[in-house]
This record gives sequence, C-alpha cells and structure tokens, in this order.
Amino acid sequence: MIEINNLRKSFGPKVAVDGVTFNVQKGEIMGFLGPNGAGKSTTMRMLTGFIPPTDGKAYVGGYDIDGDQSIEARRLMGYLPEAAPLYPDMTVLNFLNFVADIRDLQGEQKRKAVDRVIELCFLEGVRHQSIDTLSKGYRHRTCFAQSIIHDPPILIMDEPTDGLDPNQKFEVRSIIRRMGEKKAIIFSTHILEEVEAVCSRAMIIDRGKIVANGTPEELKAKSEYAGTVTLRLSGISASKASKRLGDLDEVRKTTTLEEGDSAVSLRVFPKEGKKRAELARALVSCVTQENWQLEDFHTEEGRLDDVFRQLTEPETA
Amino acid sequence: MRHSWIIAKRELTAFFASPVAYVFIVIFLLMAGFFTFNLGNFFERNEASLDAFFVWHPWLYLFLVPAIGMRLWAEERRQNTMEFLLTLPITSWQAIVGKFLASWAFLALALALTFPMIFTVGYLGNPDPGPIIGGYIGSFLLAGSYLAITSMTSAMTRNQVVSFIISVVICLFLVLAGWPPVTQMLGTWLVEIISSFSVMTHFENFRKGIVDLQDIVFFLSVMGFFLFATSVIIRSHRTN
Repeated sequence: MIEINNLRKSFGPKVAVDGVTFNVQKGEIMGFLGPNGAGKSTTMRMLTGFIPPTDGKAYVGGYDIDGDQSIEARRLMGYLPEAAPLYPDMTVLNFLNFVADIRDLQGEQKRKAVDRVIELCFLEGVRHQSIDTLSKGYRHRTCFAQSIIHDPPILIMDEPTDGLDPNQKFEVRSIIRRMGEKKAIIFSTHILEEVEAVCSRAMIIDRGKIVANGTPEELKAKSEYAGTVTLRLSGISASKASKRLGDLDEVRKTTTLEEGDSAVSLRVFPKEGKKRAELARALVSCVTQENWQLEDFHTEEGRLDDVFRQLTEPETA
Repeated sequence: MRHSWIIAKRELTAFFASPVAYVFIVIFLLMAGFFTFNLGNFFERNEASLDAFFVWHPWLYLFLVPAIGMRLWAEERRQNTMEFLLTLPITSWQAIVGKFLASWAFLALALALTFPMIFTVGYLGNPDPGPIIGGYIGSFLLAGSYLAITSMTSAMTRNQVVSFIISVVICLFLVLAGWPPVTQMLGTWLVEIISSFSVMTHFENFRKGIVDLQDIVFFLSVMGFFLFATSVIIRSHRTN
C-alpha cells in the first residue's frame, strides 16, 4: 500500500531525511520512532504530499505522491498532522461536514460517515460546540475523526496520542488496533510502550536514517540485555557469586546490580549462541550445588527503551 | 470547481461567524458616504451622476481590501492549518481560487449595499445609467485586483499586519502610477508606459461608462498574475 524508495529531503544544507526506504502492507500497523528532529514528521509530510521530496519516490496505493497522481494518492489517505490543527471558528459538526464535502461524500453517505466518526471518537457531547472552546483532548479527537471520515485504506498519524489523558490514550490505541486489521497504518510516537501495545512493526529513525526496522520482538532482541538473567541471592557476597558464576561455560560475564546487607542482585550475560534455557538450567544447578539462597530469578526480554537509546544516542556521549 | 466552491463556502461562513464582517461593511459604507458627500462634494457638483462616489474607490479600497484579505493565508499559517488544508485531495490552486472568490464575493456584497446611492441620485435628477453600471463593474474588478495582491502578500508571512502593509504599498504604487499629480512630474513617454500599468487609468474608463474589453482584460490579468504568484509562494514555502 505504501512504498517508499530512497526518500530524501534537505532544507538548504541541512539534511532532514536521508535516503529512507520502507514498505507498509495492508493489515500492518507501523510505529515510527525516533528522537525529536530525527525526520519523522518530515517523512510523513512528504508521504502525504505536503512537502515535495528533494529526491526519491513515494507511492501510495500505486500512485506517485509528487506528481499528477498526487490527488489520487491523497484520496486514499487520512492524515492526522502533528498538534492536530483545526479551524477554531467552526463547530465540530461543521468542520466534519466540510471535510466530508471535500472528500466527495454526499447525501446519506455523508451523514452516515459523520455520525460514525462522531460516535467512534466520542464527540457526541460537543457536536455543536465551537472548536476554540474545546479542551485539548476533544480537539485532538476531532482532528482524528477528520482523518478517518472517508474510511481510508491508509492512515498516517503524527503523534496521535500526544496530549491525551491515559484513558483517552487507551481509547485511541484500541481504535487504531481495530482499524489496523484492514488498513495500512503509520503512526509516530514517543511512547515506547505504545509501540509494543499496538504495532505489528516498528521502525526507528535517527538523523534522517532508518536504524532499525522489524517487529517489536525483533527490536527488543537487539537490546544488549535481551536474554540476560537477573538473580537475587542471599547469604553470599557479590564478588564470590560473580566469580563462581563467571566460571560457568554458558556465562560470558556478570555484573552486580545491587549489593545490600542481606542480598545481592546480579545480572548474568549468556555466551554468544547459548540458548536461554541452557543458561537458566546451568544457573539453577549451580545455585543448588552451592546451596545459595535464591530469592528471585528472571530472564530479561530486552526493553525497547534500551534499544532506542542504544541506537539513537549520539556517539560522543 | 466544486472543491473551490466548498472552500469558498467555508471561508464565507467563517467570515460571518465573527463580527469582523459586519464591522467591515459598516465602516465601508460610512467611509464611502464620507468620501462622496464631504470630499467629493456630491451636492455642490449639481450633477446627476455617481462620479463623486466612484472616483474615491481606488483610495477607499487601498486600506479596506488589504484589511479583508490579509488573513487569507497568514491565518492559515498561524493556525498551522495549511498542512491540513493542502494535504486534502485538492490542488493548492483550487484552495487559492476558493479563498479568493469567497473574499471577492464578500466585497461584492459590501459594494452592492451602496445601492441607496443609485436611488438618491435617481431621485435628485436623471442620471445616465452607463457610467453607473460601468462604475460598479469597474469598482468590482478593482476590488478583485487589490484582493489578489493581498492574497499574495498574505501567503508571504504568518503576520497579518506585515501582509497588510506590503499590500497597501503595492496597491498604492498601482494607484499613484496613474494619478495625475504624479504623472505630471514624469516625462511624457515614460508616463505612457507606467500609467498603462496603473489601475487608475483603467478604472477611469469604467467611470465614464466605457466598458472596454482591454480594461477588463487588464484587471483580470492583474488578478491572474497575483493569484499565480500566490501559488508560487505557497509552493516555495512548502519546499523550504
């Protein structure tokens, strides 16, 4: 549905997006991650036809977004811009009717479409209210409603949950997840747990380049902590335990997380190529042999936070 | 065209949703009256014509049209709605034309509300209808030309005041280029060229009741040119 090929955008000497290539299929929800200024919004603006790319191509539903077919491409898309801009002098209903008109919805079809999004986005209570009197959450949902009014096969959303309270965030996420079954969706966010909760695929962009692209599980596996085991032992000093565990065949190294009076916490890194179960078995048998008091034992999945920081932190830091 | 119409409809609704529209109409009518009766010496002229009314229009519009047009695009940029508007499935040209037509229609309404002038002069004497019809057509085209200029300056900035000032300056130039006190200062051959670009020269024919295709083409070209300039500025704003 969405096909982006070596897309570039430079503003004068500054390169905002530096050769981005990816595809999004129907039924996929792609989470777009990256630090501020990494090029997320610029990529989305190019994809929706707001700013023309300096170089490269982007196709939406087979239509080139920068050319004669750009209008066709835009018909297939719903777009929620960053900060959800709206016309403050209109009422919610007038605004949605205006968008429905522009999107060529007419008569009964238009009325149904407007009613559907009002219900879906919980706007019933503010239907006739002027937009400038709405709270931030309502404004955001009005703009969200605007983007899905024509039930587009493709949805592009720039920080759709920004500025919403936790309940509203939850609602918007579940709407996105439900719609994702039949649409191709791209959304950007700063909230990493959102990616795990909603996305079938995640992409991290840094300084205009894609640094990671895969399922949330694949990305998490990139964490240096993925597959490590955290142990909590009592009645033994950290250095002794580390030394004993470090001698095991399966263990690459251990680090001390915490050393208290009664207990110590250790993180154990597996050797390259060792399976999770092998490490766990080896550790448990070692603990039993030594007769240590085991208080806690768990295997780390790896966290997106860590991967995000690993991949996007400036080299100088 | 349908899309331009939808845009125009939204603009007009937004206009009338705020008190600005009504305030503008009142000011416009008061000013038109003031210019006609006080500065134009409507009664002292002892003529059954509306020339005292139309002769001031290039000056009257000089401030009032930029005041209406300055928000066209500057507001869109300030509210960040430009990104929303221009990612809808319409061309930027359709949006530019729609917005322009809405404001032009509004100015036409304000102009139409000066109809009591026609009754006044008709009651007082037996006016020649030619110059009155010509005057209204010319005035309408003149307002459109100023508006197209303001549309361009409005696209240049997110600050409405800046847009207002620049458009007043450009419009003033188009007025002065054909204003007798200025043209008399210049050499003869130069005057011909410069004053042919002035709205004054072309508006004068309408006031005399001459509706010449050449003058209509002039005003329409001014509008076309500045609306095109608007689209170029919007495009370059998106690129950078």
